[in-house]
Amino acid sequence: MLRFPRALPLVVAALAVLACEKKKPEGAAAPAPAGAGAVATGDRILLGHVGSLTGSEATFGDSTDKGIQLAIEEVNAKGGVKGKPLALKTYDNQGKPEESAIAATRLVLQDRVAVLLGEVASTRSLAMAPIADANRVPMITPSSTNPRVTKENGKVRPYVFRVCFIDPFQGTVMAKFARDHLKISRVAVLRDVGNDYSMGLADFFLAKFKELGGTIVDDQSYKAGDQDFKAQLTNIKGKNPEAIYVPGYYTDVALIARQSRELGMKQPLMGGDGWDSARLYEIGGKALEGSYFSNHYSPEDPAPRIQDFVKRYKERFGAVPDSLAAQGYDAARIAADAMGRAKDLSGEAIRDALAATRDYPGVTGVISIDADHDAVKPAVVLEIKGNAGHYVATVQPDQPQAAK
Amino acid sequence: MTEFLQHLVNGLSLGTIYALIALGYTMVYGVLKLINFAHGDVYMVGAFAGYYLGSVTGTDRAPGMVGAALVTLGAMAICGALGYLIERFAYRPLRNRARLTALITAIGVSFLLEYGFQLSPMIRSPVEFPPGPSPRFFPALLELGEPLTFLGVTVPRIDLLGLAVALVLMTGLQLIVYRTRFGMAMRAASFDPQVAGLMGIPVNRIISWTFVLGSALAAAAGIINASSRPKIEPLFGLMSGLKAFVAAVLGGIGSVPGAMVGGLVLGLTEEYVAGYTSSQYRDAIAFTVLILVLLVRPEGLFGRATVEKV
Repeated sequence: MLRFPRALPLVVAALAVLACEKKKPEGAAAPAPAGAGAVATGDRILLGHVGSLTGSEATFGDSTDKGIQLAIEEVNAKGGVKGKPLALKTYDNQGKPEESAIAATRLVLQDRVAVLLGEVASTRSLAMAPIADANRVPMITPSSTNPRVTKENGKVRPYVFRVCFIDPFQGTVMAKFARDHLKISRVAVLRDVGNDYSMGLADFFLAKFKELGGTIVDDQSYKAGDQDFKAQLTNIKGKNPEAIYVPGYYTDVALIARQSRELGMKQPLMGGDGWDSARLYEIGGKALEGSYFSNHYSPEDPAPRIQDFVKRYKERFGAVPDSLAAQGYDAARIAADAMGRAKDLSGEAIRDALAATRDYPGVTGVISIDADHDAVKPAVVLEIKGNAGHYVATVQPDQPQAAK
Repeated sequence: MTEFLQHLVNGLSLGTIYALIALGYTMVYGVLKLINFAHGDVYMVGAFAGYYLGSVTGTDRAPGMVGAALVTLGAMAICGALGYLIERFAYRPLRNRARLTALITAIGVSFLLEYGFQLSPMIRSPVEFPPGPSPRFFPALLELGEPLTFLGVTVPRIDLLGLAVALVLMTGLQLIVYRTRFGMAMRAASFDPQVAGLMGIPVNRIISWTFVLGSALAAAAGIINASSRPKIEPLFGLMSGLKAFVAAVLGGIGSVPGAMVGGLVLGLTEEYVAGYTSSQYRDAIAFTVLILVLLVRPEGLFGRATVEKV
């Protein structure tokens, strides 16, 4: 009940910040607003996390937050950064872009965090990015894969980074996998029209799949939150594809899978990292058996670095970390690493250190930050069997800068 | 052809839900001339009531006919009570005020339910209430087995059952309205509440019962819908409620058969438009229908044109 009155001044603050940003002739060149950018003094370094702890994609925020917590605890156990312990402040955005902007503003202006972490969804990271830039606070998104998050209109956002691959890569991964591994040539696409992530993935999948000689037999769309997908699925059924690419988020995908099976469709579905949640199986049940999705990492990967992380996470939270937890962990560790290398704790120094990250051995792959502030690293493809994703293949990026 | 028939089946399944919700709109409008915008949210509460009753009675773990019937009736009772409370405490005190006041109150009640249900749980046991904004999985209350197939068209059994239950409920309602003393009193109150009151009809009680009936139907719709599309969250009644309102207007607001036909027609229209053009027009089409009806035939398919005396 308190949420509403408490949020009001923040809305005003967010609007004020946006207004300020507009007035400036050049966002980055103008002097930073008083106070912002200067980092929390005192005896600890504060990291801020904005995540969807409730809402349609609640497991995204929850997993990411746990990954970040684990990273911070480990860094602190080794003496923290520059002799100071790290602390975490997390705000829930209920899965809404406007709440993300409010939470980010609050973390930056009120809590004075050194680094902003979040969000998983590209739409919500896009709402936060201008706030990070305007206030010169480095922001690392653990899992937003839409290119626009770090690059707006061909210009790299100076303070925004990510530790995951981007949609062009993720879309092409599935296209390559479908052609080379599954050897299929007829695919239908069902995408979420209101979602930057889903649209991006679908576009890049489409382009690559056609380039590799496949045919897209149908391109249908839906809107997140829809209850009924049978009209689209009936059409797709009529075109008889060998697989359906559904790059959406898990709650919608689960219903789509169920309804496609109800219509007697047996094709496997294919998707992206937005599927990665235990809830997918809770709602989807057996409907997803034999489907494939691309992801950032697999807890089944035998590499010792990964198995070590899985063990520590299990001990701490009693669950197997999904890829969002692993990405949250990597984001926080890279933030700590950059702060350790930075000459001081100002936003600019941390940003420069982040941009200089090379070959960092993360849980989700060896991470190098490229000129566009994106991470270059491989993707994995998982097959769903017995309500869990099982490792099938690793797909490397085209330019193997940071191959494993 | 197969595709055409499949769209027909899908559209009927959707239309059934709209029809059941539209009945509540139409009945309340009939007696009070009030558009009860909270009705879509009563539908949402119905689905959640079913979800909670399912987990309390254990029907979600051991599905069965008796359990499913109990859960459905229980949810209908809970929503009936909710409808009574909404009428008693939100609308009755405003009954003699301007009609706009009641309409805005209805929107207020709607927000109260939507956002109240999005709060984090305050009670943990025996169930988590309020449920919070994360979607929940609605368990199967019945083991129905594989969908039926005719001529390549798949018909999920739950949709058949839903249609049957809806038809039974609608026929029952029609009987109540036209064959019982209560129904007669309801029609009298709808015709002219003041004169009905003078004739000894307890108008307040009739109005309360109208809300109870309409809300119970919405609960049934909520459970049928959730069984077929098993994801429920506090905002899912919003769009369905608005569309059911369109269905009620299309059928002729105030008319019981009109609401049924309106619901089915709207469900089919939506499905065919989404199927043969683009699914992006799905929501637009419902409101286009509303505009067209208001322009061409404002009294709806089954409504009677009334002359407003000034």
